Amino acid sequence: MDFAMFIALLAATLQLATPLILGSLTGIWSERSGVVNIAIEGIMLTGAFAGYTVAEQTLDVARWSLGPIPGNLLLGVLAACVAGALLALVHAFWSLKLRTDQIISGTALNILALGLTAYLLRLIYDVGGSPKLPSTLPPLFVWNLTNSHGETISAQFTPIMLLSLVLVVATHLVLFHTPWGLRTLAAGEHPTTVRTLGMSLDAIRYTNLAIGGAIAGLAGAFLTLEQVGQFNENMTAGKGFIALAVMIFGRWKPFYALAAALFFGLADASQVLLQTWGIQIPAEFLEMLPYVLTLVALMGLVGRTRGPAAVGQI
Amino acid sequence: MAPAVQLKGIHKIYPGVIANDRVDWTLEWGQIHALLGENGAGKSTLMNVLYGMTRPDAGEIHVDGRQVEIPAPSAAIKLGIGMVHQHFQLVGPLTVAQNILLGCEPRLGPFFHTRKANQRVADLADRVGLPVDPTARVEQLPVGMQQRVEILKVLQRDARILIFDEPTAVLTPQEIDELGAVMKRLAQEGRALVFITHKMREVMAIATDVTVMRAGRVIGSTTPSATSAGELAAMVVGRPLAPVAEVPARLGGEVVLEIRDLHAANDRGLEALEGVSIDVRQGEIVGIIGVEGNGQSELVEVITGLRKASSGQLRLLGEGIAGATVRQRREKGVGHVAEDRLRHAVVTAYSIADNLVLDRYYLPPYSRNAMLDDRAITRNGATSLERYRIKAPDARTPVSSLSGGNQQKVVVARELDPNHRLLVVSQPTRGVDAGAAEFIHDQIRQLCDAGAAVLLVTNELDELMVLADRIGVMFHGKIAGWRVRGSCSREELGRMMIAGAGSGPLPGGAA
Repeated sequence: MDFAMFIALLAATLQLATPLILGSLTGIWSERSGVVNIAIEGIMLTGAFAGYTVAEQTLDVARWSLGPIPGNLLLGVLAACVAGALLALVHAFWSLKLRTDQIISGTALNILALGLTAYLLRLIYDVGGSPKLPSTLPPLFVWNLTNSHGETISAQFTPIMLLSLVLVVATHLVLFHTPWGLRTLAAGEHPTTVRTLGMSLDAIRYTNLAIGGAIAGLAGAFLTLEQVGQFNENMTAGKGFIALAVMIFGRWKPFYALAAALFFGLADASQVLLQTWGIQIPAEFLEMLPYVLTLVALMGLVGRTRGPAAVGQI
Repeated sequence: MAPAVQLKGIHKIYPGVIANDRVDWTLEWGQIHALLGENGAGKSTLMNVLYGMTRPDAGEIHVDGRQVEIPAPSAAIKLGIGMVHQHFQLVGPLTVAQNILLGCEPRLGPFFHTRKANQRVADLADRVGLPVDPTARVEQLPVGMQQRVEILKVLQRDARILIFDEPTAVLTPQEIDELGAVMKRLAQEGRALVFITHKMREVMAIATDVTVMRAGRVIGSTTPSATSAGELAAMVVGRPLAPVAEVPARLGGEVVLEIRDLHAANDRGLEALEGVSIDVRQGEIVGIIGVEGNGQSELVEVITGLRKASSGQLRLLGEGIAGATVRQRREKGVGHVAEDRLRHAVVTAYSIADNLVLDRYYLPPYSRNAMLDDRAITRNGATSLERYRIKAPDARTPVSSLSGGNQQKVVVARELDPNHRLLVVSQPTRGVDAGAAEFIHDQIRQLCDAGAAVLLVTNELDELMVLADRIGVMFHGKIAGWRVRGSCSREELGRMMIAGAGSGPLPGGAA
């Protein structure tokens, strides 16, 4: 494989890994503060829907643009983040105020998100499905390369894709190098410490869940506004759950999670690779790969990794 | 000068219990004020009121002469009140400095200023004479050091009134002495200290004043010099405690448990037992003591079947049991009062009656035709409730709603079965009040007199001195030496525990 192919594979890997990177960050923000969040899938799906709908509905209204990014898409991204944060706050309210079991609350939200987005899709766009947006988020920069056969291959780096990397660094810095992060870790490890020091445990957890929710919403916006340009029923297809596995695989640490997400992304992108090597494997098997890897990762690692000590405790 | 704290008419009712019954109590500057009482006497409630964790139904709080409201710990902290909790409020994976400065972090722009934090903690430690390594991870520190971090955390917030909730419960004798010295120094600097405890010896050694509580009321206040440990104990329990009879150390009968050259690894795979040999005979209580982490826990686990020995011999009445399962060992007559009762001895969600048959539920009369006989189980529970004076409405009460002392009585009621030939008892009175402790000690002695062999593992020198016939000191996975009760001093045992020195002759011990 030459350099051009390598870069192209890298770009494809990062693209496929983006929702997993963002989803795992959602899990990290939430669980590090002590709340189990298996609603990542549902939040992502809701974000995807909200992002798409707002972008589609404001198509004629928002005629301005920010650099290369059309105004309606920007509004869509914003809406996705807000919707994600709100849904995460519902999870926080159920878990922290009503003391619902956090797994049950997360499951309920996943089911709710799946049903509600499908219903609203029919309600707004009827049976025809969602119309394709005229444009998706444009790449911030494109790397044109020539491969050994003299063909031009371009690797595209789009905004949310790059933003996910920024958020990995930001999450790491906030969690491990700021006072807020210190309090978050304390809330996740030993919540009564936070209380006995006269701080508000709820304030810490609600805030962290909302931030995490906004990030999962962004992952949804990535799917509709950066990749596909339209919304399909259940279009997250389990990415939120794989993100959960990525979080565990990455031991609740942003950089480890990034590595894990890239590994999963690579498994996905390897279809390209295998084709260039001329290896014929039925596509179904390759599509199965991320899910199989999730199972293997969880089987092999769950017993040996340690999450925040007080996760799930009120 | 106005007293540091004055509580007037503090009243607090929980459903069915009066936790504090119009309590009046005064704490003066410079005092080390011990608060004594049985479990459930209302000491913790009173201190939680002072620290803002519980709102009283009625009553006034005066701090330094001013009447104040303390609705939350943050208000208490502002008033200069700090609490050293019994269960340390520390975040294990964080460093010492991060723990101490949590909530009042030094910043560098938006970031936590690690260098400044470490410096600040080092300065504080220096100033108050409690050296710590600010960069150490708290979970890797020994218990005594963790408590020091807890104290520094309180002092960092400029606390002038310090509450210690059972500060010595988990400390070794040496650590207790150190803590006493620290507390005296803090009081000499003009602070006001109050500590909750069950142990008379510490009251006599550390406190300047004592208040005894019983059933939510203050029974009386005095000073250690004006009273005696026995008098205090009588005040706590409400009746005189029977004096501990000076029975000469017994020489046991036939060997029940025979341990030879036992080796075993701990959870991290390191060698925890490095060749332990012990004989426990019928009718004797063999005590094992040591600083935590010297292999006592592993020894108990190997004997009871919770941990595999890597080599060595383990015989019960001459029969090898090293390969036997826990149930097989229990059926051969091994009882086990586990060190960590919540993890290894009771299921808190189950009722008292169910907990009492956890080791025999599958046998008649509790099980018939593969079905549990609830009536038989409840009847058995009711009998034990009465015999062991477990304070609960009935045998169907869940264990989770019992106090620590009563939970321990449930464990003791199950494990001190007359059919048991060997009883392995680990920290039997941890977190248990004086009355219940006396009762548990009595039960152990009775079982032993009836012919059982008892291996007692404890951190409490006092407990060892009244119960054990022979005392083995564990050090670095070995028995460093044996002593016979009555012929050794606390100081000697304390030295052996830290230095491992003094392995003298082995009176009656394994050859």
